[in-house]
Formats: sequence, C-alpha cells, structure tokens
Amino acid sequence: MSWYEKLVPSTIRTDGANKKKGAVPEGLWTKCPNCSAILYNTELERNFSVCPKCEHHMRISARMRLELFLDAHDQEEIGQSIKPTDPLKFKDSKRYKDRIGLAQKQTKETDALVVIKGKLNNKDIVAAAFEFGFMGGSMGSVVGERFVRGINKSIEIGAPFIVFTASGGARMQESLFSLFQMTKTSAALTRLSEAGLPFISFMTDPTMGGVSASLAMLGDINMAEPNALIGFAGPRVIEQTVREKLPEGFQRSEFLQEHGAIDMIVDRRDIRAKISGILAMLMAGGFKAEAGTVTETVLEEQDEVPANLT
Amino acid sequence: MDLKFLDFEQPIAELEAKIKELRRVESDNDINISDALDQLEKKSESLTEAIFSELSDWQISQLSRHPGRPYTLDYIDLIFTEFYELHGDRAYADDPAIVCGLARLEGQPVMLIGHQKGRDTKEKIYRNFGMPRPEGYRKALRVMKMAERFGLPVICLIDTPGAYPGIGAEERGQSEAIARNLFEMTKLKTPIICTVIGEGGSGGALAIGVGDRLIMLEYSTYSVISPEGCASILWKSADKSQLAAEAMGITSDRVREQGFLDEVVREPLGAAHRNFQATAMNLREALLRHLEELKREPLTDLLEKRYQRIMGFGAFSEEPVK
Repeated sequence: MSWYEKLVPSTIRTDGANKKKGAVPEGLWTKCPNCSAILYNTELERNFSVCPKCEHHMRISARMRLELFLDAHDQEEIGQSIKPTDPLKFKDSKRYKDRIGLAQKQTKETDALVVIKGKLNNKDIVAAAFEFGFMGGSMGSVVGERFVRGINKSIEIGAPFIVFTASGGARMQESLFSLFQMTKTSAALTRLSEAGLPFISFMTDPTMGGVSASLAMLGDINMAEPNALIGFAGPRVIEQTVREKLPEGFQRSEFLQEHGAIDMIVDRRDIRAKISGILAMLMAGGFKAEAGTVTETVLEEQDEVPANLT
Repeated sequence: MDLKFLDFEQPIAELEAKIKELRRVESDNDINISDALDQLEKKSESLTEAIFSELSDWQISQLSRHPGRPYTLDYIDLIFTEFYELHGDRAYADDPAIVCGLARLEGQPVMLIGHQKGRDTKEKIYRNFGMPRPEGYRKALRVMKMAERFGLPVICLIDTPGAYPGIGAEERGQSEAIARNLFEMTKLKTPIICTVIGEGGSGGALAIGVGDRLIMLEYSTYSVISPEGCASILWKSADKSQLAAEAMGITSDRVREQGFLDEVVREPLGAAHRNFQATAMNLREALLRHLEELKREPLTDLLEKRYQRIMGFGAFSEEPVK
C-alpha cells in the first residue's frame, strides 16, 4: 500500500473496489489501472474518466456512458419493465437468482443493458449501453429483449440506433436462452437495416464471446475505444489451445482496426462529435431509394432519369 | 477395455465380445449353441436398454461426442442420393471443418451444410476436430446465398465443439463471420432446416443454426458453453462438468422442454454409433416431413414466421415500472 493510501480513511479507499467493479468508485481519488497515477476524481470525471496522464480509458457504467453521450434533455428509458427470471433454476456455487440480486444491488440496474431514447445534438437517437458491472455485462434474455425494443423504437421514430458494448459474452446461467439472444439481436438488426436506418456499434473494453459474435460486429460503422479487448475467444482459451504466446496487442482495438474488423478507434472525448457528424451524413443521403421499391422502380422506369439525379 | 466404448458402455462391450467369441467357436467347431447365443443376445439387449434408460445428462453429453458417432459425411452417404461438394469461401481458404454441397433428398435438390469431424488422428487434424475457422462460416454463407438464388432449401447438420479459438481465426474475424451468418440466415429467402446431430457447441454451432426448424437427434446436445468450460468458470473446476451439464439442460429432451425444438429424432437402441443406417433413416424421414411442410408455406409467411420465432426466444418477466 502506498503512502497516500494510508492517509486516506479506509472507508473511502477506492483501489480494490475499482478493480473489482471496473466502475468509477466513490471517493476522492482513483488510481489509474494502467499507469498507476493517482487522480483526483472530480478532475477525472471532467475528463470523461480518461486518465489525463496516460490516456487510459477506464471502464465506466452504462448510465455514465449514456449520460456522457446523450443530450441531457428529452430522455426516455426503454424496456425498464423487463426483468430477469431464472428459467432453468440454475445453481452453481451460488443460485442464479442470488447472483441477479447481488448484481442489482451493486449496480442499481435491473439487468446488464440500459436503453434510452434521447437526442444527440437535438437529433433523435436510440442508444443502448451494456453495464459491465452486472454479471460481466453478460447477455441473457433481458438484454436481448431490451435491445430488440430499442431497435423497434428506432424504426418507429426513424432514428439511428447505437450500442456501447462491454460484455464478457453470453450469460451461462441462462444456457440456450442466452445463446439464442445472439440470433435475436442480430435478427432485429435486419429490420433496422431494411428500414434504412444506421446502426453504430461502439465497442468498449471488453467485448467478447457471444456479444462480439453477434450484435457488436454488425454495425454499419464499427467503432471502438482505444486499447479495448475485443474478440471471440478469450485470450487464455486461445493460449491454451494453440500453446504459443499471443502476439503483442492481440485482440486490442488497434489490432482489430489493422485486421479490418473495425472502421475506427475513437477517443471517448470525441464520441459525440464524431458520431453526430457521421450520422448527419448517413441520414442525409439524397440518393436513397425507398426501401423495398428499388427493383420495381428500376424495371418500370428504365428509360427515365430518376428524379433525384436531375 | 475397448476404447471405442465409453465407460458406461463397457458392460455391453464385454457381453458383445463374448457373443462374438462364441459365434467363432460355433462356426469353427460345428457345434450348435444358437440357443445360448440367442439368450446372450437378448441379455445384451436388455442390458443396453437398462443402461440407456437411465443415462445422466453428462453421459448423454459424452454420447453426443462419441468417437464412433455418425458424422455429416456419413449422413450424406446414407440419406442423400447425389452429392457435389463445394469448396472455399472465395476469399481466403477452404475450411474442411465445414462441408457444403449440392445434394438430393429423395429427388429434391437441396443445399447441404454440415460440420465435419475426423475419424482417425490424421483426419481429425485435417478437419480441425470439427472446429470451423471464419472461412468455414463464410463458405457456408456463400452457398446459402447460392441456395437462395436457385430456390434450394438449406439443410444444416450441426456437430461441433465450437468455433476454433485460434490466433488466425481471430485475425480473420471469427466474431464477424458468426455474426454475419446469424444476420443473413434470418432473412435468407429459402427454407432452412437445422439439425443437431452430435455436439451443438455454442456460437460455432449457432452460426449454421438459424432457420425455420430446429431438430435434435436424441443423444445430441446443444449448449451455450461446453460443460467443461462452464464448470471451470462457474465451479472453478473442470471436474464439475457433470453438474454443469445438468444445470444447463443441454440434452435433446431438456432443450425440448425449454421450447426450442420442433422435433427430437429417436436413435436406435444403444445410440447412433451402434446403427448408422437406422439413425439415418429416422433422420431422413424427419427431414422429408419438415421439408414437405415448409414447401407449402408462401415465402413471405415463412420469413415472417422465422422472424417471430426468433423474437420469441427468451425468458423474462414484465411488470409495470414503479
């Protein structure tokens, strides 16, 4: 324990709690998990929980994420009424029910996805964020259903949809119910796509397994925060399988961009500006054919110049 | 001990070895012990029945990956009359862990896609133990799109421990390949029938597992993570695989109880590896029946039903917000 920590009363010592929950802790000081700099919380928050010394992007809660992203006004939460159940009466060393209860107490969320219809620079948008503190952001039935409702809301109001992922993958305690959320979320995205609305997938640390192998990789634009761990199989599993040392920076955002899996890496402090800039372009494509009528128009009006080209 | 038999199959294996031995004695020495043999065979049958009537979920999980179990190519031989294998994803490689091709099912041309495991060591390595890399899923998607274009129904046979966790697989976008298949299969404009014939291993299985029907062979399993994986994460010990198998409910009967299945195809006494032919005929009958049903559906209805079926996945409660 370093000298300053001894000075801080034990009730507000934040180091351990921060490591465990990965969220911004309560208290006065935070130690950067990357460069170990001691940071004053107020200053850190003002900097979007990015370490001012080393630019490390700390994990933040789903609420905080959406608070930083959306305009403060006109927010409406979607799918709050959907609550987890325990379809298999699952029990390992603990009951699934108890794990849910504990996670709810720790995070003040009812499950691992928060969806809010709101505004980004006064334009409608539906934004979803995974709560990593809730059982590792794992995707179970509630996450899947809220995600789908968010998309349905997007289609209903003709707004883009964005998700901030932070998840270890599928929620084992729901077994196939959880595996099939991969299908469900991906399927809903087909409807968003058919409605001609943009889907931005914003991957944060970490985005693994079933979440990575479904909704996260299906963005019209795939983005990631710097140095986020993103991949299908966990690094430990891969290491055990191939029995060789993994390359430096393996499965980090920069690695993914280099290998063509994501469009760009975005600093947390630039997210609002960049996304609203991109969405403004995607939503203003004047050459867009009405969904579903493309082929008919082409067949019937072969000789005519389309109106929007004149 | 015969390594081709699982531990709980050993009593059956011993009895059968004895029967075989006696048969040889009978034919060599020209003596008549057929009554005794008949009795022994009956005994073997009732012993098998007894053992198989109370299999644990963990034992079924072992059966689903039994080294003698029929694989995709065996079913292609036994069920389909013509087969032209199609190779490659047109971008990077051909993945032998997934077999694709045009086949005929009682005259009806279909697109067949299936995971393929290997029988001997050499083939196991060649097939990468049935664990596909991204190019395998992309090959599957390529032929599905072709099936859509030519109006061929798609039949998927699922049998994999999971998508391959390797460095190259990650570099080439394992996640994206799986995700893309889920997305495209949702809206593929042709009927899709998915059957788990052995191991339904998580996302690697699901990536060719979206469709209008989900069938499981009796002693196959379908799970979000292998019992070993689940045990080592949640129980911190791979020895607890039996408990994990039970807790996750991965057998065909348990999956049916959870409401995900259209049918469980029964296997002959002693499971599929004891009688390829009988298993294949049961599966063939089921495939034909479901295909016949799906043929009668107008395409728009078929796609809407598929979508609604997918949207129905999940178990949650809904109560008004306080």
